[in-house]
Amino acid sequence: MAKKTTLIDLQFGKSDPATPICAKHDNKPDALLEILHDVQHELGHVPETSLPAIAHALNLSRAEVYGVATFYHDFHLKPTGKHHLKLCSAEACQSMGGRDLVAAVEKFLNVKMGQTTSDGLITLEATYCLGLCASAPSMMFDNKPMARVNADTVKSIVEGLRA
Amino acid sequence: MIKIYVPRDSSAKAVGADEVAKAIAVEAVTQNISIQIIRNSSRGMAWLETFVEVETSKGRVGYGPIEAGDVKRLFAAKFYEGGKHQLAHGLVDELPYLKNQERLTFARAGITDPVSLGDYISHGGFEGLKKALVMTGAAIVAEVTESGLRGRGGAAFPTGIKWKTVHDTKADQKYVCCNADEGDSGTFADRMVMEGDPFMLIEGMTIAGLASGATKGFIYIRSEYPDAIATMKEAIGIATAEKWLGNNIQSTDHSFTLEVRRGAGAYICGEETAMLESLEGKRGMVRAKPPIPALVGLFGEPTIINNVLSFAAVPFILAKGSTAYKNYGMGRSRGTLPFQLAGNIKQGGLVEKAFGITLRTLINDFGGGTFTGRKLRAVQVGGPLGSYLPESQLDLPMDYETFAANAAMVGHGGLVVFDDSVDMAAQARFAMEFCAIESCGKCTPCRIGSTRGAETIDKIVAGIDRDANLILLEDLCQTMTDGSLCAMGGLTPMPVMSAVKHFPEDFDKPARLQAAE
Ligand SMILES: Cc1cc2nc3c(=O)[nH]c(=O)nc-3n(C[C@H](O)[C@H](O)[C@H](O)COP(=O)(O)O)c2cc1C
Ligand code: SF4
Ligand code: FES
Repeated sequence: MAKKTTLIDLQFGKSDPATPICAKHDNKPDALLEILHDVQHELGHVPETSLPAIAHALNLSRAEVYGVATFYHDFHLKPTGKHHLKLCSAEACQSMGGRDLVAAVEKFLNVKMGQTTSDGLITLEATYCLGLCASAPSMMFDNKPMARVNADTVKSIVEGLRA
Repeated sequence: MIKIYVPRDSSAKAVGADEVAKAIAVEAVTQNISIQIIRNSSRGMAWLETFVEVETSKGRVGYGPIEAGDVKRLFAAKFYEGGKHQLAHGLVDELPYLKNQERLTFARAGITDPVSLGDYISHGGFEGLKKALVMTGAAIVAEVTESGLRGRGGAAFPTGIKWKTVHDTKADQKYVCCNADEGDSGTFADRMVMEGDPFMLIEGMTIAGLASGATKGFIYIRSEYPDAIATMKEAIGIATAEKWLGNNIQSTDHSFTLEVRRGAGAYICGEETAMLESLEGKRGMVRAKPPIPALVGLFGEPTIINNVLSFAAVPFILAKGSTAYKNYGMGRSRGTLPFQLAGNIKQGGLVEKAFGITLRTLINDFGGGTFTGRKLRAVQVGGPLGSYLPESQLDLPMDYETFAANAAMVGHGGLVVFDDSVDMAAQARFAMEFCAIESCGKCTPCRIGSTRGAETIDKIVAGIDRDANLILLEDLCQTMTDGSLCAMGGLTPMPVMSAVKHFPEDFDKPARLQAAE
C-alpha cells in the first residue's frame, strides 16, 4: 500500500531505533511479535515512544500495536534489570519444591516476582514451564535454561554477577 | 577415532552438558587420545543427563548422570574404551527403560545428530516424503485417515479428516501451521522433537502440504524454547539448501516453504485460533468457531493446524504404511503416544508406548516411583487443564475414551507426579490463578470467574462458610464449563473439581485443627 508523508513521519521519522527493525521484517504487520522481540532484544525493553514508529511502519493503528505489546507476558514497556531470572512456577516444578524455591529467591534478592532488585541487576519473573519438567525445578537465566536448580544455584549466579 | 556422544538437548544442556563436552575435549587433548565428540539428541532419560555414550565394538555404552567434575575420573576408568565406572550403565540398547518402549516417533532419539541430514537419511528419514511425492493428495489423506492418527495436541481430533477438509477446499493459497506452543506443564515431547529430530517435523509438515495443496507452512514455537527455535531454523536452512524444502522439492514440481515464528509467553496462544491471531501479529484472542480453521484459517485461508507430535507421526505412517501404525493401541486410540514422566518422579523422561498402558506401569515400572521416595498422592495428567488423579485410579489405561469416561483427559501425554507433601487445595487454587493469568479475556466466566474461584478456595481453606463456599465453587465451575468459548475457561474446573472430589480432606484443614483442640 502506498503511503503518504504525514505529520507523524516528521515527528519521529526514521530516527526511532524500531524503524530499521521493522524494515528488516519487510514492514509486515504479521511479523509484529518478531519485531517486538527484536526491539526488546536491542533496547532491553519496548519503549512506549517506539510504538508509534512501529505502528507507522506496519500501517497499523497505535492502539493495535499497544494492544499487542501489552497482551504478551514477554514484552516490557518499562526498563527492566540488566539480567532476567525466570523461575518456573508451573505444576511439575511445584511438585519438586518450586514454591519454596520461589520464596527463598524472593527473600534472597529482596524482591517479589515481577520486580527488579534495587541495584537494577536482576528482574525476577515467573514462567510457566520450560519443558524441563523431568528435571525440576527449573529456571531460565537470561536466555539459558537451567534444571535441577536450588536456592544455592541462584545465589552463586548472583554473587558471580556482583563480584 | 573414538566416537563420544554428548546430548545437545536442553534437558542435558540445562544440567551442564556443554561443560561436560568441553571437559571431555580438553582431557582428550591432555591425554593425547584421539576422539570425536558428537552432540546427539537425548535418549529421553532425563534423570541420567548428562548421559554420555561411547561407541564400542559391542554397541554404545552409556555413563550418567555425568558432570564436568566427573570427567577426569571417567578418563581414569578408560570410559573411552567402555571401561567400568560407578556411573556406567552398560550397553544402552539393553537398558530396560529404552528396550521396553515402542519408539516409532522417537526411533532416532539419542542415536543421531539432530542437524545432520546424512544421519537423518541413513536412519530412515525422508522415506515417507519420498513416497508422498509420487502420491496424489487424496491418497496421502486416505493413508493418514486409515492409520487412525488423532491429534496429539489435546483434543484428539482425527488428523486425516482435518486434512481432507483442507484438501477438498478450493483456495489460491492454503497453509500448514504447526502448533509448537507446548504450554502444558509436564510436557516436553514437542521440544524433544524440535531439538532432537527437526527434519522429522519438516518431513511431516511437507507431507501435510502435499496432501492438502498448501505451499507455505509456519511453526509457532513458544519463546520459552530458545534451543528448539534455533535448531528448527538451522534444520530448515539445511533442508532448503538440499532441496528438501523450497521450490521443486527433489526436482519434482512440488513446492513447500517453512518459517519459524516465536510466541511471546502466552499460554492461550496454544489454542489454535489464538495461535492464528498471534501468527497474524495480533493479540492472542480466541476466535469463535465456526468457521473452523480448516476452512477459514491463517489470513482467512484454509489451514491445517496440528501439534508437533501429530506431524511427527506422519513420516512413519507414510513410510511403513497405515496398518503398521494402527496395529498399536487400544480401542479408538491408535498408534503410540510419547508419554512424558515429570515432576516428583525418580526416572523422569520420555516413554513412547502404545495406548493402553496404565498409569501405574508408567509411573512405577518406568518411572521408579516418586523422586523423594515418599508415598505418591496425586498425578496430574494432561497439563494444567487436566484432572488430578488419586492413587486408586492408577490402573486406568491410557486411552482417550477411558479417560474421558473418568472425568480426566490424556491431553498431550504429560504426567506430573506429586508425593504426599502436596497440598491439593493449593493446587486447585493454582489452577484458578493460572486461568486468571492466562485468560484471553473474551468470556466473563473465564476472566472473572477464575479470580473469584481463587478467592473462594481461599475462603474454604480459611474455614469461612466452608460448606456454602464449596457449593459456590462447584457452581462457579459449572458456569465456567458452560459459559466459556474455549477449553481454557472450560476445562480449568477439571483440576479444581478433581482435587475437591478426590482429596476433600485438604479443603477441610482448619476444621480438623479445631476438632483436635
Ligand atoms: C488453552 C488451550 C491451550 C492449548 N495449547 C496447545 C498447545 O500448546 N499445543 C497444541 O498442539 N495444542 C494446544 N491446544 C489444542 C489446540 O487448540 C488444537 O486442538 C491443536 O493444536 C490441534 O492439533 P492436533 O489436532 O494435532 O492436536 C490448546 C487448546 C487450548 C484450549
Ligand atoms: S474461555 Fe477464557 S481463554 Fe478461552 S476464549 Fe474465553 S476468555 Fe478466552
Ligand atoms: S513445569 Fe517447570 S519446567 Fe515444566
